Amino acid sequence: MSESIKTAETRLAPAPASIEGPAERVRRLRVGGLMLVFALIGLGLGIGTNGGKATFQLVSGDLENNLVGIPAQPVAILLGALGLLAAVAYVMRRVPTKYAGWLAAVLGVCFIGAFLCWAAAGKVFPLANQFQGTLNFATPLILGALAGVLCERAGVINIAIEGQFLVGAFTAAVVASTTGSAVAALIAAALTGVLMASLLAVFSIKYLVNQVVLGVVLVVFASGITGYLFDQFLQEDSANLNTLDVLSAVKIPLLGDIPFFGPILFQQTVLVYLTYIAVALVTFVLFQTRWGLRVRAVGEHPKAADTVGIKVKRVRYSAVLWAGVLAGLGGAFFTVGYAGSFSKGMTAGNGFIALAALIMGRWHPIGAMVAALFFGFATQLQSQLQIIQTPIPGELLLMAPYLATIIAVAGLVGRVRAPKADGEPYVTE
Amino acid sequence: MHLELSGLTKSFGSLVANDQIDLVISPGEIHCLLGENGAGKSTLMNMLYGLLQPDSGEIVIDGEKVAITSPSDAIKHRIGMVHQHFMLVPVFTVAENIMLGRENTHPGGVLDRKKANALVTELSERYGFEVNPEAMVEDIPVGVQQRVEIIKALTNDARVLILDEPTAVLTPAEIDELIAVMRQLKENGTSIVFITHKLKEVKAIADKITVIRRGKVVGQAEPSASEEELAELMVGRAVDLVVDKEPAQPGEPVLRIEGLTVIDERGFTAVDGVDLEVRAGEILAVAGVQGNGQTELAEALLGLTPIAAGRISLDGKDLTGVTTRQRLDAGIGYIPEDRGHDGFVGSFSVAENLVLDLFRREPFGKGLRLRTDEIEKNANERIEEFDIRTQGADLPVSSLSGGNQQKVVLARELSRPVKLLVASQPTRGVDVGSIEFLHTRIVKERDQGTAVLIVSTELDEIAALSDRVAVMYRGKVVGVVPSDTPRDELGLMMAGVPRTEAHEVAIENPTTLGTI
Amino acid sequence: MSTDTTTEPAQVPAGPGDQSRRSGLPSWAVQGLVSLSAILLALLVGAVLIIIGDDQVKAALGYFGAAPMDTFSAAFSAVGNAYKALAVGALGGVTPITESLTAATPLICGGLAVSLAFRTGLFNIGAQGQLIVGAILAAWVGFAWHLPPGIHLIAAILAGLVGGAIWGGVVGLLKARTGAHEVIVTIMLNYVAIYLLQWLLTTTTFKRPGREDPISPIVDANAQYPQFGSTRLHVGFFLALAAAAFVWWLLNRSTIGFELRAVGANADASRTAGMSVGRAYFIAMLVAGALAGLAGSQQVLGTDLPLTDGVAASVGFDSITVALLGRGTPLGTVLAGLLFGALNAGGLQMQLQTQTPLTLTTVLQAVIVLFVAAPALVRSVFRFLPKERGVGAVLAKGWNG
Repeated sequence: MSESIKTAETRLAPAPASIEGPAERVRRLRVGGLMLVFALIGLGLGIGTNGGKATFQLVSGDLENNLVGIPAQPVAILLGALGLLAAVAYVMRRVPTKYAGWLAAVLGVCFIGAFLCWAAAGKVFPLANQFQGTLNFATPLILGALAGVLCERAGVINIAIEGQFLVGAFTAAVVASTTGSAVAALIAAALTGVLMASLLAVFSIKYLVNQVVLGVVLVVFASGITGYLFDQFLQEDSANLNTLDVLSAVKIPLLGDIPFFGPILFQQTVLVYLTYIAVALVTFVLFQTRWGLRVRAVGEHPKAADTVGIKVKRVRYSAVLWAGVLAGLGGAFFTVGYAGSFSKGMTAGNGFIALAALIMGRWHPIGAMVAALFFGFATQLQSQLQIIQTPIPGELLLMAPYLATIIAVAGLVGRVRAPKADGEPYVTE
Repeated sequence: MHLELSGLTKSFGSLVANDQIDLVISPGEIHCLLGENGAGKSTLMNMLYGLLQPDSGEIVIDGEKVAITSPSDAIKHRIGMVHQHFMLVPVFTVAENIMLGRENTHPGGVLDRKKANALVTELSERYGFEVNPEAMVEDIPVGVQQRVEIIKALTNDARVLILDEPTAVLTPAEIDELIAVMRQLKENGTSIVFITHKLKEVKAIADKITVIRRGKVVGQAEPSASEEELAELMVGRAVDLVVDKEPAQPGEPVLRIEGLTVIDERGFTAVDGVDLEVRAGEILAVAGVQGNGQTELAEALLGLTPIAAGRISLDGKDLTGVTTRQRLDAGIGYIPEDRGHDGFVGSFSVAENLVLDLFRREPFGKGLRLRTDEIEKNANERIEEFDIRTQGADLPVSSLSGGNQQKVVLARELSRPVKLLVASQPTRGVDVGSIEFLHTRIVKERDQGTAVLIVSTELDEIAALSDRVAVMYRGKVVGVVPSDTPRDELGLMMAGVPRTEAHEVAIENPTTLGTI
Repeated sequence: MSTDTTTEPAQVPAGPGDQSRRSGLPSWAVQGLVSLSAILLALLVGAVLIIIGDDQVKAALGYFGAAPMDTFSAAFSAVGNAYKALAVGALGGVTPITESLTAATPLICGGLAVSLAFRTGLFNIGAQGQLIVGAILAAWVGFAWHLPPGIHLIAAILAGLVGGAIWGGVVGLLKARTGAHEVIVTIMLNYVAIYLLQWLLTTTTFKRPGREDPISPIVDANAQYPQFGSTRLHVGFFLALAAAAFVWWLLNRSTIGFELRAVGANADASRTAGMSVGRAYFIAMLVAGALAGLAGSQQVLGTDLPLTDGVAASVGFDSITVALLGRGTPLGTVLAGLLFGALNAGGLQMQLQTQTPLTLTTVLQAVIVLFVAAPALVRSVFRFLPKERGVGAVLAKGWNG
């Protein structure tokens, strides 16, 4: 055979086109337009900033030392301008597509910075508190989003994170109140998380129920059952069944002494440390182990997995149930990690924010964590701003995570896809 | 390994897909399973591979009765299968796909990627495959993906290798390479079950031929049998392999494509500056290996995929920026490549599907009102005219056979005046009877002065239907040649060899299929 | 061409028509039987919950060894009393029945909002948000405007429709233009609507003068749905039925409905046939939003009268379960809405008379839908039930769909 008919090896995949495709162009203009809007608002905030200093408090509770004052208006304008530069660079395609994401990140940071300068001008902004609170609020979101990552990577859509939170929070409260043991409470929460997850698993994997429908129904079920048990038992005897000590912060030696970051990251509750471990573990397990490879395979192409002898349903069950552990722990945060008692519907949509974090994080554990931190940041900022009194209504800030998610799915996630078989039951004849 | 299937039966509902099938595969033989689409070949092999469970019958390996209840049982019994639709995870690397299910791990279940890479490299060297273990599967061409599938089966030490319609994605030269690999495997004692409905391949490759028709084994044949004999055995009656058609009487150009460029979702150039012209009363066939831009070309013509550059006009009218509906209204009829996906709404009735692009027009739609009686009347007429086999116009179209579903699509597209008919893979997965019908109808349409553009990966179909052939490779038209161009020459052009060169090389290097 | 050509055997499972034919029953009858069985099973689950929550059962369990029958009779009477109170509260007389119908009214409209989107292949999880925004606008027109009788009510209802349509239409528009998944967008918009409502109720436009809590002025008498006698049942109920009839006509007898159903069943084939999938999504969500907005107007102009932050209660979420139980058809949705309305109205009486918490009905609703969605499970309990296709079968698709 002559050299000129070398075939398959030379038929390499087509190279990326040198001109921009129409779909890409639309996406760039749309995202770019949005970035420009934000950049202009940022710049506007900068210009509208009061004169005087914005003071940031670096150690929480310390109003004397560790304060950093910056000239609010110039810094805000500078940040606004930088953000605008990033947005313009994006719209004009001045940066290779690979790095375009960084421009959005730069804009985001600049925008938040300018906003903080604007809000804190002439006041003291508790920065350390802000970060600590961010981590706090993000903890259940991260755990919930990781639970979602595990489920959806295996091909099972999990809209029921909210439901798993509720039952986790409920059991943790009851067990902590009756036993007085935080460890027992966490274990119990994880177990009930698994219980809820097993409903999700059985109905979706065995009975092939549509998973979006199922998730919605399970949330209703969880809110009904925890509500019923609360009405029936906890309310009558709340002293014995619904009064508990909140987890206390544990300082990690050495790391906890790092200035500024130490107290924020390493003087936290066990639950927060568990969350750190969970992020690392899920990332590692998913991408470096046999189980993880199989989980991703059944989520992308279950039939291919089946043909190499993998028990698709079994792998899916295991992923969904392990996810239940994480979601249950996330639920425990609301009672043993935060409130000290259970009340009806106390998770208040956090399960859905976790779902949003999972999607904004593009079904990747690290991405989900970053998105959850962002949502935690917005929630904490809302309560901080109410304290330092800004003209922005708290409700509008509380909307931020939800609006951000809508913007993200409309502008950015359009391109990134979910695991291919996500939501599709695997049926064999 | 000696493999014996006896009395295998499988039914789906009232349909008996496999009826008492007996089959013996001897060690080191290439055994062709010949049958037309829907005859039950894949069902049989899926039972052998554990993907389906037989209702009755048994599988005997080396004299011992075995139960194969899952693919892992099949793998344990050293049966491997390369599926028609590749069983590869597109977002995994080659190595990940190959280790999946049989992973080498460090302690703690951590993947040993080095070992997997080494294994891929070793096997691909042994068979001359040149596969990069770290390439992402979705980024490599289908021909290479098939090799990955073969490597996958080989890593499990398959002694029986099932190849389900493996040639659909290959050029003639690549088919030769595949044949060489099969021979090499055979020499090592591996048995090969080769599933196909293509007669030429059977003759070129098989040691033994078993023919299946309507779920039953209807006979054995020798590779020396003529194509006509094989066809008759396969279909159950004498088949006219050539479509009766008069020479084309091309008229004015109807469709003009100039510099058409399509960039796909991932930012790759799918169609690269294509210029084509189709005249009234001629059939232009677009040939090429799957994935070389033909699909996108057809979709761009219909406005289903946005174009990055170029111009499309029909009868001198510019259609470049307009919607799909306007293009259909301008007189384009379209038979999409994947009919189950794009051609009809499976849960809709036959009647509803027959007006899927007509329901707004009189008499079916009147303002906002939908005239269900007119829709039903139309259905009964079309069912009659196109010989659509259904128990009722109100049944969901998903309950019809592939051939009849395709007739529904064709009937719908031809029930309004059409200047240009675009048909992508019009007979893929369709039985011979329906193929004959569809081909005849398409030629009839041409003879009425319609311009016809056919996209097909089947060289047989192209030879049967076309008046001119445009060969596509990596988004470009390599050349437009007459329909009587030798198969090998077309094959080379499908691999990107320019026409003049292809002509000479084809004479110097005849391929197996080209010489039959 | 010869007529004895091989007919290629179809390798697809037979359609629903075929299967019900096999069982000898029309498919609606099979579905009805499955639904009834699901309700029965849910009541059993509820019974277990009632028993474990009952004080007398607990007491009797204390001496179970001595007198086991006491436990059983206590359990029986607990369940019997609770369900009797539920049934009487839902159906036992004119007042209970009108209460049930009143509760069913917004559920039917909300359910239609979800069903219509379903048929277009969209999961409208956002009835709650659409309802809230509809209620906001309806209430505002109701208390801030002052128009003559009749006209005022129509204006307020229209405002509700518009509010819901905006909130729904945005979803359709985003889906059509950017591919943003409607499940995510509707969930997020629900929360945006809640916070919007909470914020508005702090503004001078909406806050009732002299009140510190989040409550608006009462809507004008002219803008209220006329009620029947001394009952709380109002004209909105008949509007709900009319809406159901309209949705039926739209889906089954109009060209738009043909397009919506086609897109819902196979968007790719619809696009190939020249339909605008984006337009279908937009229209479906616009109309769905308007239907949910109608439900919002019924809440605020029919039963609540002032706007509060609890105006939607859980109606928007219950609408999803109503639509699921109703299998996406208008008639089914009406029936399911009536059932859940009765459960809600009866549940209140049950709570008053037997101290069994109202939250039990939430559990019942969830369990009913869970069973309905998994007919195979119901069949494994009631073996006599014939086969049918699962409710979600057509809609089984993931984020990429």
